Amino acid sequence: MSAVVPGEISAAPHSGAMTARLAYRRSRIWRERTIEGVLFLAAMVSVFTTVGIVYVLVKESVVFFQTVPLRDFLTDTQWTPLFDDAHFGVMVLLSGTLTSSVVALAIAIPLGTIIAIYLSEFAPFAVREVAKPFLELLGGVPTIVYGYFALLFVTPILQWFYPELPGFNLLSAGIVMGIMIIPYVSSISEDAMRAVPMSLREGSYAMGATRFQTATRVVVPAAFSGIASAYILGISRAVGETMILAVAAGQQPNLTLNPLEPAATITAYIVQVALGDLPHGSIGYQTIFAAGLTLMLFTLACNIGGHMLRKTFREAY
Amino acid sequence: MEHVRDLGQIRALIASHKRRDAVFACVGVVALMIGVLTFAALFADMALKGVPRLDWDFFTSYPSRRAGQAGILTAWVGSCLVMLTTAAVAVPLGVAAGLYLEEYAPRNWVTDIIEINITNLAGVPSIIYGLLALGLFVYQFGFGQSILSAGLTLALLILPVVIVATRESIRAIPQGIREGAYALGGTQWQVCRDHILPYSSAGILTGVIIGMARAIGETAPVITIGALTFIAFLPPAPVKAEPPFVSFEWLMSPFTVMPIQMFNWTSRPEAAFLVNAAAAGFILVLMTLAMNGLAIWLRYRLRKKIKW
Repeated sequence: MSAVVPGEISAAPHSGAMTARLAYRRSRIWRERTIEGVLFLAAMVSVFTTVGIVYVLVKESVVFFQTVPLRDFLTDTQWTPLFDDAHFGVMVLLSGTLTSSVVALAIAIPLGTIIAIYLSEFAPFAVREVAKPFLELLGGVPTIVYGYFALLFVTPILQWFYPELPGFNLLSAGIVMGIMIIPYVSSISEDAMRAVPMSLREGSYAMGATRFQTATRVVVPAAFSGIASAYILGISRAVGETMILAVAAGQQPNLTLNPLEPAATITAYIVQVALGDLPHGSIGYQTIFAAGLTLMLFTLACNIGGHMLRKTFREAY
Repeated sequence: MEHVRDLGQIRALIASHKRRDAVFACVGVVALMIGVLTFAALFADMALKGVPRLDWDFFTSYPSRRAGQAGILTAWVGSCLVMLTTAAVAVPLGVAAGLYLEEYAPRNWVTDIIEINITNLAGVPSIIYGLLALGLFVYQFGFGQSILSAGLTLALLILPVVIVATRESIRAIPQGIREGAYALGGTQWQVCRDHILPYSSAGILTGVIIGMARAIGETAPVITIGALTFIAFLPPAPVKAEPPFVSFEWLMSPFTVMPIQMFNWTSRPEAAFLVNAAAAGFILVLMTLAMNGLAIWLRYRLRKKIKW
């Protein structure tokens, strides 16, 4: 950048050495600019990625919605895109996604919040030092392994309590998904709680409050905007999770809100279609982009909602 | 709060509040234990079912219709090649982007857009990246259902992880180091190349390892671009006997990866294939654990060793 390179203009006569130095400086400036340009392009890759995602999803979906009216897509109660009598009711897939996400969040949000409060306000230093990396490991296990675990370990245990439970069901997939999401919720919530200034806690303790009272009435409200973003991340993880559901929840489209039944989700449907050999440009091929667009809009809505929530509850110190 | 006068009542109140403290501490430990126990159960389940299946042949056999003869040769070779491509794309791009945002970027709306994008991309479901790759890499660019397409997809997927790690470790370098280098006449790039990058390299490495651990277990996007689930040949070897000795034919080859092989075995009804799935899963868990563990250890060492 120009601020770094000293001024080029010199009053001295242009001797040979001088010209050489000027040329060197010019080449140096040129090289600096080029490097900055290359680095800028690398940073722009993230913007290109977003543009690419929107372009691909919208382009294929537009073709799809020329064949299937948007009204049918939103209101039909059947999802049979590959049959002769094709129906495209995305509600069917959304119900699976919604049910499994609710089960997962019913586990991840309470447990994640409790762990975050415990680690931030109660746990001794040594426990925190061990627990944090361990939770990271829990979040690092491949989801296909969790899927196997849900299908062949958790489902048999659940069937032991409730024998009528089918082999594929949303419940066990949701439970395992919830445990997978705990680290995402707990680590971001904990960071938010630890960012609450010590003076607030000291003030609370000075008033005679216990740890629990300080945690629930001072720290959690003060950190709520951060905790909300942890929840939002958890929701988008749950909605976008694929392999656990594709393995353990079955791939039958099923309009249900009952977690004890098998049902396909948006993501499981995309995997199912991708595994088959659909020709490029067929209606079946386009449905996965329409399904993907629905998923994308759903996550986007979550993110915008979360952003607004954060703004409303933001506490400034 | 109710008005309390008598000392006994106050003592009882304090005792009950202290009890609530203790109860919550227990609840916290229990919640933590649910995570620990699940992980222990998962690991033990994989190990008990899978380890007896692990032998030399398992690593050197092609997939087969007979569970007893099936192996993961094509899967682990595919995983290695895809990871190689991913790292070759994600590391330079991620480090360059992080460097730009920390050292070069002016405060303006373009930079804001880039930063918002990176944050948002980190929350996009991985299967959406698969759709992006299917529409763009596979068909638009004509890369086909190849190792190149998969490597690029996973590179885009882990890019935010690498960028964030790069930025954090660059931010930790004190300003005095930059000022010292500029005072000696260094240009911005010289400062970055000779000071910023070397000092932040360990932190960047941590981020890269975590990103790669994520990429190696990713299944959904790779299935979406159309990786095969049953493949009985290896990609062309990257090294050749005759000049120029290296070949990039493998980039365009069809492939499968470890998680897809495991998915394929998991979705079969025969019990013998489920044992194979457990064995493959055990290797996957072990690999991601080792990589995450390495990253955690590196970060721990960094925190202890580096004193500016």
